[in-house]
Amino acid sequence: MTAALIGTDVKTSVPLKRRLKRAERARQIKALALVAPLLLFLLFTFAGPIAGMLWRAVDDREVREVLPQAVSALADWNGKDLPDEKAYAALAGDILAARASGTIAIAAKRLNYALNGFRTILTNTARSLKAAPEPGTAKETLAKINPAWRERATWMTIKNASGPMTGFYLLAALDLTRNADGAIVAAAPDQAIYRAVFARTFLISLSVTVFCLILGFPVAYLLATLPPARSNLLMIFVLLPFWTSLLVRTCAWIVLLQSKGVVNDSLHWLGIIDQPLRLIYNRFGVCVAMTHVLLPFMILPLYSTMKAISPAYMRAAASLGAPPLTAFLRIYLPQTLPGIGAGSLLVFILALGYYITPALVGGAADQMISYFIALYTTETANWGLASALGAVLLLATVLLALVYGKLVQGQQVTGGMKN
Amino acid sequence: MTMLKRNIGKLGKIGKIVLGFATVLGASAALATVAQARDLTVVSWGGAYQDAQKKVYFEPFKKAAGIAMNDESWDGGVGVLRAKVQGGAATWDVVQVESDELAVGCEEGLFEKLDYSKIGGEAAYIPPSVNQCGVGAILYDFVLGYDKDKLKDAPNGWADFFDTRKIPGKRALRQGPKTTLEIALMADGVAPKDVYKVLATDEGVERAFKKLDTIKADIVWWKAGAQPPQLLASGEVAMTSVYNGRIDTANKNEKKNFGIVWDGALFTLDSWVILKGSPNKEAAYKFLDFVGKAENQSKLSENIAYGTSNKDAAGRLQPAVLKDLPTAPDNIKNAVEINVAFWLENIDRLTERFNKWAAK
Repeated sequence: MTAALIGTDVKTSVPLKRRLKRAERARQIKALALVAPLLLFLLFTFAGPIAGMLWRAVDDREVREVLPQAVSALADWNGKDLPDEKAYAALAGDILAARASGTIAIAAKRLNYALNGFRTILTNTARSLKAAPEPGTAKETLAKINPAWRERATWMTIKNASGPMTGFYLLAALDLTRNADGAIVAAAPDQAIYRAVFARTFLISLSVTVFCLILGFPVAYLLATLPPARSNLLMIFVLLPFWTSLLVRTCAWIVLLQSKGVVNDSLHWLGIIDQPLRLIYNRFGVCVAMTHVLLPFMILPLYSTMKAISPAYMRAAASLGAPPLTAFLRIYLPQTLPGIGAGSLLVFILALGYYITPALVGGAADQMISYFIALYTTETANWGLASALGAVLLLATVLLALVYGKLVQGQQVTGGMKN
Repeated sequence: MTMLKRNIGKLGKIGKIVLGFATVLGASAALATVAQARDLTVVSWGGAYQDAQKKVYFEPFKKAAGIAMNDESWDGGVGVLRAKVQGGAATWDVVQVESDELAVGCEEGLFEKLDYSKIGGEAAYIPPSVNQCGVGAILYDFVLGYDKDKLKDAPNGWADFFDTRKIPGKRALRQGPKTTLEIALMADGVAPKDVYKVLATDEGVERAFKKLDTIKADIVWWKAGAQPPQLLASGEVAMTSVYNGRIDTANKNEKKNFGIVWDGALFTLDSWVILKGSPNKEAAYKFLDFVGKAENQSKLSENIAYGTSNKDAAGRLQPAVLKDLPTAPDNIKNAVEINVAFWLENIDRLTERFNKWAAK
């Protein structure tokens, strides 16, 4: 007690302004200390990896590191005729050095992305080239080993892959490529799939969002208006699937929807169909399973918004003579918009990144962009393309979130996506 | 960088302290994992296969060598190994990899070059299983699988697989171009030994897709090795491409009556590799030596229907066991080895092509 009194005595000698500052700083430290663990966690597990991914989408140093002399010899090559003897000799030197250090395949892999067959050209040349060619004979030596070295396109591919940064992967993710003259053109029809896959991803996400809204809105309304005892029971029904493993729910749909599954067998037994319907391994199955998995994410924000709407508004509207539909459309619905917005955005963005469900219940034409990102990340180890696809998806998602933020500016939103 | 500096500037003094602290924390954590000695860790494919390996390899090895080891499982993908090794804190020592992972990982320097003198010498193993970065573990097949309870007459091979009039019902194939295009060509009358010669040409690729067009609406695409037996069991498909070991396991453990058509099978090898920079290299060699011995390998084939890499392993088997193995003379005579070099060169291009075709 006395100590505290003394303390106040001491404090009075310090100017008020400085004391305020000190208090302010103490408050800041406390606040920072509280969020520090989360901040660190996000920095290491989220911001760092995302930055790394964006970097990989443009990073192009493999060819430079493996074929340094050839890259510098080609730096001032005009690309019109074949490069001169010097470039051939430089490449031969690089190939011999790369073969000795076992790095030739790294360049071969990168060049093969741009020109199919380059892997063979480079590894064969490395295998056949026993020693450095005599001065002045590098050109004919290489051309004799593989006629591809007489092609301008072969050299252009090396020049275009010289790095250190490239737009190659990002262009490929948008079905574009550079032709031999360096102009951006559409990719070959056989290779041009990613725009269609992105469109498919957005279409599936959008349909799932719409289905979730149609199914979720009445349920949320019921939850918000029933007496607590009954609404709690209903809430458990909503949350139960939420707590069940995604894999279990997806496999349950397989059991239900397959051609000898519960649904088809029941319909057959009732005499409605005589041939089983195809309900799975197609777009229908993907939409059904994803809607089921994501429904709680729609219901919960809607419910919390509706819970806050006073029933007095609707009663007031009715007493002023509004028919039920008009009252709903003009009084109730506008007040639920923040919940609809938050729920839709949540479901849509979660759906964009779905992988397991479409992989298990979709056909070959229902694979979303995440399937390709996973394929190039783990199976073929084409990290440049995987990162570029991820970057495009990230950009599209951020744009959507921004648009949404603009739309709901100034409204009370439960989703926390304001400004 | 300037951007980053500017943002750090905005953090204020406290923010900088937090950031500095975080860096130190992260660095020390990374150092700690590197410096930590750990037991030998062996990684395989999980499921019934790894259970069999536990029984005949891992447990006996622990007893015989007196070396502590633990085993984990993975789903493959050279990207996973690259991330492990380049991350500088690989927690795995010995990994079982597929042939394309072996080739790419070897090129990228992810694996130790093997000293065969420590594992019984190259002459002890069948030629396709000897590689500078890895040693063969098992040989297995993609075969045509069907349910004998539902199909009274065995299909004749891939040609029947594409004949929906003769055998109605859906078919399942592995999603993607690999194995699918080879199967389509064999169904179209290409001899197994010529498959890759034909597939290397643009006309050959066209021909394969044209053949696939004929049953496009009847194909279910599977992604994981566990799916084909389920698709057969549920009656979803009449026939499927499938790993031969999965059929055998379903018959043994779940009392199924599945059949295999060995004609036109696609075989491939899995290999053991030692990850680059493994701190347990000596123990890893002891392990590879142990699992390379014929007497140990023959026990594996008795438990699960895979062929093995030691030349003398097959000779120790009962004929009843041997007849169900991919390495049995009758079963391998019209089989074709999946061509790793071809797929390394063409996987990206043909994956795009395959998906273009699928979306049509």
